[in-house]
Amino acid sequence: MIAETGHYALILALGVAIVQMVLPVIGTRYRDPQLTAIAVPAAQLEFILIAIAFFALMTAYVTSDFSVLNVWQNSAAAKPMLYKISGVWGNHEGSMILWVLILTLFGAAVATFGTNLPRQLQANVLAVQGSIAVAFLLFIVTTSNPFIRLNPAPFDGQGMNPVLQDPALAFHPPFLYAGYVGFSMAFSFAVAALIDGRIDAAWARWVRPWTLAAWMCLTLGISMGSWWAYYELGWGGFWFWDPVENASFMPWLAGTALLHSALVMEKRDALKVWTILLAIITFSLSLMGTFLVRSGVLTSVHAFAVDPARGVFILAIMGVFIGGAFALFAWRAPLLSQGGLFAPISREGSLVLNNLLLTVACAAVLVGTLYPLALEALTGDKISVGAPFFNLTFGPLIVALLIVVPFGPLLAWKRGDLLAAAQRLMAAAIVALLVMVVVFAFMQKGPWLAPLGIGLGVWLLLGAVTDIANRVKLFGATPEEAWRRARNLPRAAYGGALAHAGLGLVVIGIVATTAWRAERIEALAPGQTLDIAGYQLLFEGVEPHQGPNYRARVGMFKVTRGGSPVTELTPSKREFTVEKNTTTESAIHISWRGDLYVVLGDQLKNGAYSVRVYFNPLVRLIWLGGLVMFIGGGVSLSDRRLRVGAPKRARAKAEAAAAGE
Amino acid sequence: MTRKQRRGVLIGTSLLVLGLAVGLVLYAMSDSIVFFYSPSDLTAMHESPGKRFRLGGLVETGSVVRDAGTTVRFVVTDGAKALPVTYTGVLPDLFREGQGVVAEGTLGSDGVFHADNVLAKHDEKYMPPEVAAKLKKQGVWKGEASGPSPTATN
Repeated sequence: MIAETGHYALILALGVAIVQMVLPVIGTRYRDPQLTAIAVPAAQLEFILIAIAFFALMTAYVTSDFSVLNVWQNSAAAKPMLYKISGVWGNHEGSMILWVLILTLFGAAVATFGTNLPRQLQANVLAVQGSIAVAFLLFIVTTSNPFIRLNPAPFDGQGMNPVLQDPALAFHPPFLYAGYVGFSMAFSFAVAALIDGRIDAAWARWVRPWTLAAWMCLTLGISMGSWWAYYELGWGGFWFWDPVENASFMPWLAGTALLHSALVMEKRDALKVWTILLAIITFSLSLMGTFLVRSGVLTSVHAFAVDPARGVFILAIMGVFIGGAFALFAWRAPLLSQGGLFAPISREGSLVLNNLLLTVACAAVLVGTLYPLALEALTGDKISVGAPFFNLTFGPLIVALLIVVPFGPLLAWKRGDLLAAAQRLMAAAIVALLVMVVVFAFMQKGPWLAPLGIGLGVWLLLGAVTDIANRVKLFGATPEEAWRRARNLPRAAYGGALAHAGLGLVVIGIVATTAWRAERIEALAPGQTLDIAGYQLLFEGVEPHQGPNYRARVGMFKVTRGGSPVTELTPSKREFTVEKNTTTESAIHISWRGDLYVVLGDQLKNGAYSVRVYFNPLVRLIWLGGLVMFIGGGVSLSDRRLRVGAPKRARAKAEAAAAGE
Repeated sequence: MTRKQRRGVLIGTSLLVLGLAVGLVLYAMSDSIVFFYSPSDLTAMHESPGKRFRLGGLVETGSVVRDAGTTVRFVVTDGAKALPVTYTGVLPDLFREGQGVVAEGTLGSDGVFHADNVLAKHDEKYMPPEVAAKLKKQGVWKGEASGPSPTATN
């Protein structure tokens, strides 16, 4: 019964979405306030219906209702509760429902809290959101219905891929989707502005928080995915340039560019057309990410759908939205007025350079991701494009960007002084160079580029510090004056500096762990020891262990350093009985120097086990940096200017405009 | 600076960055792309020793031999031809005899494929699509063997 309720709610939601897509546009076109006003309740009802469907599916999972095909395929009675819940989106059908749930949640938020938006803009935005919902609901209802029943109901389910039974992964998809779908807000606003043929700084003030929130979610989602891959897949790597990873990374790059260009638009009313284009590109990449990951074109743990009809359907959705948006852009963008002028050396100029490098780097990733698919379709040759390609293309472009990052915030709007900015950054540059020299002197091993990379990370960190120090006049004013300025500094300034500092941490982490990681693979018999990076590991043997839905063999390692005990590590191999699948659970000892990472391999002939041990220096900085960037985004988002004052001014402006009409 | 000059600077910088990117992509394309072959492809086309590529097929049943250390030898087959492989390291969880595998490495002059990376990171029903496509071509494809699935009703 509950499944039927969910199915019914889903189909009702499709009907409501069609209303939400069509009527408000007609209303704004013919200036009919009643038709226009339908957008708000429609968006709210839409969200309620999808929420009913989502919770119906969740109930089926929690109660292990195996008469529902989707539950039978992806769950089992013995699975822990957390994974029963996360199992809802751990499969194709459920994940699409989650996608639409987040989409309608955002739509309902614009409907409910967007009362200070110009009416027309709000109605058009909700109509565009409605059209996206229509496309995805049609997709779900026709090809990916999660509420299909089984008759007779089996006794137990087939279980969930054990690799996915992990806390970090339980929350990785919701954050990633919130990011993808959050960019749909920027897209809807862009298309609404194009339909309207009008755009101003108030528009940017509305789009920026949405973009920022989406960007934060995506940052966290990608970090979680990387963290999961690091400890769960047992390779000790944090990023593989896998097409699926790239699919989430490209919207992030484009979204980061959008975040910065929206800043220019909000502050200086410039780069309008470019911002609109970037909003369309970012969401197009999000759609492409969904397509690549869900269509089965690529193979990975993410590719649930192998049904070709689904791939074609998502491809059609992509074609309609991307093609439609670009056509609308080509038709209407010339109507948008050009904004303020600025010199090449200025804050705007630096943000243009940021956008240029980010989008080109994103394009390089796009080429590397799609080229194998295109080549296979055209010639039948199968190739794989891996890390070497991306290091050679993405690497230099992003390094060029990172070098100029600290200059941006120190340049004034309209016309900046590069020399003055360079003088302010002198201290940061000197320290970064010193760090390079010290690292170069102490680290004999590793590539010669690595000390430069560490220096670059330090440069970013200190550049962020310089930015804040400069704004509060730390060295030019009395301490009281500096403190007063520090308190009055807008939170967005702190947020931006934090995000740039987080980027510095990520760079240091990536460089250190890539350049100076130590790896040992040995056959160890119980009682034997292994030395790595100053640690000594004593292998004490293997013990059996019984988990809730798996059996495990647990390796016991005693870790000492210079004779004194450090910790005990217990890597294991888990055999999942229902899924008939094994997973490798690595054991990690975390210290400020880095991670000691142990993986238990197969049993060999003579009672020994193959053991893989890594030492990954400073690897934690990668995820810490991601977290700092997320927090920076949050601090920025909490800036009062983004919430209270701006919309009021926007409304005053809109009312003035309405009065003038 | 006039408006025209400003535009010139902007367009010039854009072209410079784009040109740089295109150059990098073309250079990387010629240098760092890894091809995917089955054992039959290799006998047909004589890949030069030392070049990196990916080898895909099934792990031949009974061919896995573990040496004293962590070196493993096995044979990858596509039904028609087979190629011996050696690999030092920990094999992935789902590496099994008779299952699909993708190995990345170089072909030695001794005719043995030296893998430095072995991928089989999917569930037991899974077959890498490259492998599946090559096997279909060789005519040894057995279809997606999965458990009995009850009939679905709406």
